[in-house]
Amino acid sequence: MKNMDLSYYPGCTLKTKAKNFEDSAIASMAVLGVNLVELPRWNCCGTVYSLAEDDLIHHVAAVRTLVRVKERGNGRVATLCSFCYNTLKRADLLMRNDPEKRNTLNSFMDEEIDYNGEVEVLHLLQVLRDDLGWEAISRKVKTPLTDLKVAPYYGCTLLRPQEAAIDVVERPTVLQELLQLLGAKVIDFPFSTECCGSFQIINRPDFITERSQAILGLAQRQGAEAMVLSCPLCSFNLGRAQNELIQRDSSFQSMPIIYFTQLLALSLGIDPEICGFDLNFGEPRSLLESKGLIT
Amino acid sequence: MRVVISPQKLHGDFVRKVVEVSGQNLNLCYQCGKCSAGCPMSFAMDLLPNQIMRLVQLGLEEDIANSKTVWLCASCLTCTARCPKGVDLSRVMETLRLLTLRKNKDYVELSKLSPETIAELPQIALVSGFRKLTS
Amino acid sequence: MNRIGVFICHCSLSPLPPAASKQVVGNIGSHPSVVYAAIHQEMCLDPGLEQITRVVEQHHLDAVVLTTCSPSVHAGTFRQSMSSAGLVDHQVEIVDLKAKGTRNTTGDIETSAEGLIDLINASVDRLRRNDFSRTTESPVIKRALVIGGGVAGLQSALDIAEGGYEVVVVEKTPSIGGHMLQYSEVFPTLDCPQCIMTPKMVEVSQHPAITLLTYAEVQQVRGVPGNFEVDILQKARKVDHHKCTGCGTCWQKCPEKVSSEFDVGVTTRTAIYIPFPQAVPSKPVIDTEHCRYTRYLQFLEEKGEGKKPPQCRICEKLCPTEAIDWDQQPEILTEKFGAIVLATGFELMPLEQVPEYSEDPDVINGIQFERILAPGGPTSGVVFRPSDGKTPREVAFISCVGSRDPERGVPYCSRVCCMYLAKQAMLYKHAVPDGEAYVFYIDTRSTGKGYEEFIQRAIEEGVMYLRGKVSRVFRDGEKLIIWGVDTLSGHRVEVACDLVVLGMAIVPTPGIKDLAEKLGILTDEAGFITESHPKLRPVETLVPGIYVAGTAQGPKDIPDSVAQASGAAAKVLTLFSKNKILVEEPAVG
Repeated sequence: MKNMDLSYYPGCTLKTKAKNFEDSAIASMAVLGVNLVELPRWNCCGTVYSLAEDDLIHHVAAVRTLVRVKERGNGRVATLCSFCYNTLKRADLLMRNDPEKRNTLNSFMDEEIDYNGEVEVLHLLQVLRDDLGWEAISRKVKTPLTDLKVAPYYGCTLLRPQEAAIDVVERPTVLQELLQLLGAKVIDFPFSTECCGSFQIINRPDFITERSQAILGLAQRQGAEAMVLSCPLCSFNLGRAQNELIQRDSSFQSMPIIYFTQLLALSLGIDPEICGFDLNFGEPRSLLESKGLIT
Repeated sequence: MRVVISPQKLHGDFVRKVVEVSGQNLNLCYQCGKCSAGCPMSFAMDLLPNQIMRLVQLGLEEDIANSKTVWLCASCLTCTARCPKGVDLSRVMETLRLLTLRKNKDYVELSKLSPETIAELPQIALVSGFRKLTS
Repeated sequence: MNRIGVFICHCSLSPLPPAASKQVVGNIGSHPSVVYAAIHQEMCLDPGLEQITRVVEQHHLDAVVLTTCSPSVHAGTFRQSMSSAGLVDHQVEIVDLKAKGTRNTTGDIETSAEGLIDLINASVDRLRRNDFSRTTESPVIKRALVIGGGVAGLQSALDIAEGGYEVVVVEKTPSIGGHMLQYSEVFPTLDCPQCIMTPKMVEVSQHPAITLLTYAEVQQVRGVPGNFEVDILQKARKVDHHKCTGCGTCWQKCPEKVSSEFDVGVTTRTAIYIPFPQAVPSKPVIDTEHCRYTRYLQFLEEKGEGKKPPQCRICEKLCPTEAIDWDQQPEILTEKFGAIVLATGFELMPLEQVPEYSEDPDVINGIQFERILAPGGPTSGVVFRPSDGKTPREVAFISCVGSRDPERGVPYCSRVCCMYLAKQAMLYKHAVPDGEAYVFYIDTRSTGKGYEEFIQRAIEEGVMYLRGKVSRVFRDGEKLIIWGVDTLSGHRVEVACDLVVLGMAIVPTPGIKDLAEKLGILTDEAGFITESHPKLRPVETLVPGIYVAGTAQGPKDIPDSVAQASGAAAKVLTLFSKNKILVEEPAVG
């Protein structure tokens, strides 16, 4: 049976620092019957969604991306990076709900076709949960992640604001459900929706270290061996200061920070080399080896 | 020193600008403090988010300028998600930053970042950081 | 009638914009039988009424069409006034300005000129044809129905019965008493509510003029004010209360354990049960959803697979008077009443609506904590926490959970939480003297008699009041971590507690909207019963003869519920002082 095509928007970081995220995603989705087809001529979405009422210029990058999807003709695009997801989703909602701003942006981008909210912006977790369904995925699991104790970490951009949320804001379950069907032991700890500090990393990395300590510390205290997430910025923020955290507190052990698609790929029996565990913070290889999941 | 509360302050340029750019009705906030209680960056802030909101309501521009709070906001939207009155505080915070940034003042200097740091940081951090904290 | 006067009422609250009023006057005035058509200011006030009377006299009008924003409130006054001016009954047409209105963007009702012209034309036609009387005399049946057996319902019932009339009290749970019986002590006196309520309950059950129908619900209402016909569903108790002596053998021996509604899940009850020891009637009902014999019968009926469940029937075997009646069916009783008092009470908003405060056995609502504190409760007042039964050493009380929250809860204030959380904090400290109690508040509302002093007493006794709304509650091992804020000192605060009590919003009893529809009365956006006039007629509804008392009308404390109940009873007695009343027939438009 031929695979189904789905437009895929990578965003900048997935091509470099988070290449493992992309590679593991494309490989897993192929096994699950979906071809992630990269959007041609895509540009950076702008990372953040501007929160000012009068700041339309900063929406242009995101809207242009949506135009690219519209041009392809199949009206749906999936993202991996949750930050990109959030920005594209909110830009789409803006174009759907605000006629005045829609007109202004369309007129400004006069060299592009008009965009009127024709595209459905999806995060890959939505595709897994809603398009494929947990049943179908669990049938393809070859290597259950037995005894791997993981804490799901959503961060902010998958769940806030409400209009863009892929799950119930205060009690999301999509990552837990996915990890459970992959055979892992899910540690549902209370800080899975607490912000890692985001872009403040370029301003006060010391404060990001505090955030990292709080989040990773609680997860570890409640029994987690690794964090599973969906955002390269969260991954960097949480992972970067591990050495310092170990120095501060001898009881703290390094916490592998893993993208959900890497675990998905691993459980689907995909070659760990493709999963790209060397790029992750916290040395996931040793943890996964100790569980007998990779050799 | 007593702070003078007057129509000039309450309805002056500063307040009008904040309302215009944030799109928020400042009167909705009844200072319950839930935003501050849940803010992940407030551990580092000198003034709490609800205090910043209060200062905006009172038109006390200088107190806000003297505080680092708005520059530590991570736009995580937790405050917005939990506010019982539907105030989008993250938009107010962004507006307060923009009022400075739009005067062509950067909060973070690119030149101050070492080459090692720049090499280490993922693009997403650089782009979002500069979007939020520079002009 | 050939000399008809049409009066278009206008005031600042008019649903008709001034230009539309002028249009109506212009149009109607050209009708051949209409000799006077004008806009009048504030017709419902004395000067307005006097002016209409003068016009009637000066223009020798033989019939009038009076428009009003609220026929139920003003029709009576208008007719009385016109009667003094010599115009009676069929010579007076009353038109509802809002009858053909639509809601505009701000939520107010607006009427168009065309809509009103239609209505007035119909009225003018009827007047010209010397049509039948617009009001009829209806007999008043001097029996009252009280729906709801809580403190308000019982107070109303007793007042009406003492006034000399028969009352039927319908209560949907197996016992009367309501929420008040669940409390440990009531503010500000710290009286025992069971001690003050149970005598009332017994009085009601033994009063010769009062018939108590528990485990029953109102199904349908027909008829007109003064003459309502009500279908009451008596649910099947499966126990014959004529034979039952209330000895208690059955519920002591029943093997099935069900989460107790009265104890809000803190303990269990059995499938055959009375809800609490002082229940009135103190005879049990069988909860067939959880009864083992019912499960057995269902298994047989559905030809289930696997092992057959036990037949049980222990209650039947042990009952000394053979009172168990498995064949008992629900019954519909149809009764006539002249007046109905709605006293259906309240519920607390469910905890699921505030997920940021965690689903945890040690995060409970106020009534659950009352059961823990109650001297007659599951632990005789020894304070424990649900998860492990240990004594909590630090307890947090969170105000305004769901209330004052237009975004995710209800916009209104629930009025009693400030007081009962202070009370609970104090009672906790009395029970656990070295325990710490924190109250997280935004404002403190203590308006009743002795209330402010009560709050100050709590603070002086060492209850720690922290001003700010809590953002999150989550579990970390043995403790519940609270992220709050003290806006007064400008600090975020973190407290590690053993137990968290939430002051959940007060919401109307579920099912009230349906009941209100059956009665033909309105509920507001929150679901509370709408009064006839929010300031001046707080116990009457839009249908004469139907009254409201207690928290069914809005959140309030016990003294206010009792006062309102007596007020409603007084209105019933007033109605019953007449043998007939005039019933306004609605203008058809």
